[in-house]
Amino acid sequence: MPENRNPDLTPKVSAETDVARLSHSSQPLAHQKTAAEGVNLADWDQIAAQPQFKALLAAKLKFIIPATLFFVVYYFALPVLVGWFPELMEKRIGPVNLAYLFALSQFFMAWILAYIYLRKAAQFDAQAHAIVSQLDQPKGGAK
Amino acid sequence: MSLLLAAASPAAAPAGFQFTPALGMFLAFVVVTLGITYWSARKSTGASNYFAAGRGITGWQNGLAVAGDYMSAASFLGIAGMIAFKGYDGFMYSVGWLVAYLTVLLVVAEPLRNAGKYTMADVLAYRLSPRPVRAMASLSTLTVSTFYMIAQMVGAGALVKLLLPGVSYEAAVAGVGVLMIVYVVFGGMLATTWVQIIKAVLLMSGSLFLSVLVLKHFDFSFVKFFEAIGKVPVAGPNGTLVEKDFLKPGLIFGLEVTKGWGPIDLISLGLALVFGTAGLPHVLVRFYTVPDAKTARVSVVWAMAIIGAFYIMTTFLGFGAATILTPAKISVENMSAPLLAKALGGEIFFAFISAVAFATILAVVAGLTISASTSFAHDFYTNVLHHGRERAPGEEVRVARIAAFVVGAVAILLAIKLQTINVAFLVGLAFAVAASANLPVIVLSLFWKRFNTAGAVWGLGVGLVGSIILIILSPSVMDANGKALINAAPLFPLKNPGIVSIPLGFLAAWLGTLMSNDRSSEARFAELTVRANTGLGAEKATSH
Repeated sequence: MPENRNPDLTPKVSAETDVARLSHSSQPLAHQKTAAEGVNLADWDQIAAQPQFKALLAAKLKFIIPATLFFVVYYFALPVLVGWFPELMEKRIGPVNLAYLFALSQFFMAWILAYIYLRKAAQFDAQAHAIVSQLDQPKGGAK
Repeated sequence: MSLLLAAASPAAAPAGFQFTPALGMFLAFVVVTLGITYWSARKSTGASNYFAAGRGITGWQNGLAVAGDYMSAASFLGIAGMIAFKGYDGFMYSVGWLVAYLTVLLVVAEPLRNAGKYTMADVLAYRLSPRPVRAMASLSTLTVSTFYMIAQMVGAGALVKLLLPGVSYEAAVAGVGVLMIVYVVFGGMLATTWVQIIKAVLLMSGSLFLSVLVLKHFDFSFVKFFEAIGKVPVAGPNGTLVEKDFLKPGLIFGLEVTKGWGPIDLISLGLALVFGTAGLPHVLVRFYTVPDAKTARVSVVWAMAIIGAFYIMTTFLGFGAATILTPAKISVENMSAPLLAKALGGEIFFAFISAVAFATILAVVAGLTISASTSFAHDFYTNVLHHGRERAPGEEVRVARIAAFVVGAVAILLAIKLQTINVAFLVGLAFAVAASANLPVIVLSLFWKRFNTAGAVWGLGVGLVGSIILIILSPSVMDANGKALINAAPLFPLKNPGIVSIPLGFLAAWLGTLMSNDRSSEARFAELTVRANTGLGAEKATSH
């Protein structure tokens, strides 16, 4: 049975926004708000128009779109080759055949791509953090 | 809480059973997981704790839990069995189950954590009219979860009959069902998460040990191992044995065995896996249990490491069974892995692997139950029926507990009713619905400014209904030789509808959007984009 020394599992980072509201009389917390109420949490359009934010979006898409296209093509090459070019895929390479090696390579492709994304995403985090921290009041009706 | 123990144990071990090591290990798992449920129940106060484990699950913990949620008995016993009987083509399944996580990692996990709260519909509700969208998303979630759960429960019952002589199908299904209800109703997301973590550790250690035993059998020589795979004795004509190269593709999806449809069916399956995993409600809810988007990302990478390692090991489990036991000596395909464990590791290891199989089923059905009940309580009850307001403190959690109880009871009854029917296709259906209904609307909502409520409702509706209709017309349900539910020639040639139903889902979402003049959703696109990409409003940035 796992031990947890902290009796309250709610982490400090999100405690303020995540605890359920206890009654109707209190003002809903930021994250408790419905989309309509939370719309004034920050000036969304102003943030969206910032050059830093646009740069973050562009950088993300520049990585995610080619990465997705690459893995989709690499993955579907397997059923296409195995299905319609079985002679090629049955070619022996050492103790195994090309079909098995290509299937096995998919695992390493997935792991390597995930690792590259993990490295890349650290930059995105830094960019996002810079955008959020420059807002005067990140929560509660910044205008 | 000791009442729970009393209530659950007799169902798992009714009078008149034979006490085997397998049963002993299963009971040990039950006792440990009920202990965790008791521990979680004392902590689970408040909606965030109940639905999202207080968002306090760490990256590696959630990675193990995602893996535990995902690696069902279908993959552990089913894929091992398929490789043991059909060789290489079985391994093709393994590949798709891992690669699918790249979609989760690159496209959905982080925006979902940043913009959502408990369910995938939270993300849709930001821009779109919440009530119709949540109603449809909830329907789709309940459909996916129920189909998947029935397949798991029927499988559980069949498995218990084989592994534990003396325990009936009904008792096994009821036992699994009662345990899953107890985990979810009393322990909430925290207990469910820990059940999944323990299951993932058990499954990985069992598979690793079995793989080492297989390699040891071949004197730790890969050359010998693959040579043996090259000549597996299978039943030939007139009761003779012929040697077959099991590394050669084509025994399941080959052009000859499938009258030309095999490769297309395989691509269709791949599409359902690659786009469906990122739309499976029980996988998506896991990302709400972590503190922030960064942890969500790290947890997907942990999950990919574990899931990938496991599916690579299916090489040893499946081909090991094919070469060491040979298909002719395995009674039931799904028993390949446990029987291999018996042959190589003796009775105690067989017992351990059997217990792992139970743990696998229990963890998956518990994950499905909590995602179904969360969606019902949060999306349908609170947001659709009551406009997003709890009428009394704690109402949402109470409704979720009742929903979990009802979902569990219905699943037990359906699984007992469907005992004799081959329901394996329901897993494929769950993936097809997730890929054709859920994923298109998640992606379009995040990336297409013009997307609106009508598009989401049409996309979800057509994706859901289209997948179900295509499955009903497929060889999984229609068979001219009476081997399926409907005794007639199939009207749709593919077992996996993804290649048709996924474009259909996207097309319906696109046309639905264009046919409506509703442009209100565009105003909130900036808000959703900022939220999804910065985490603003989801919680304070970690370093604040």
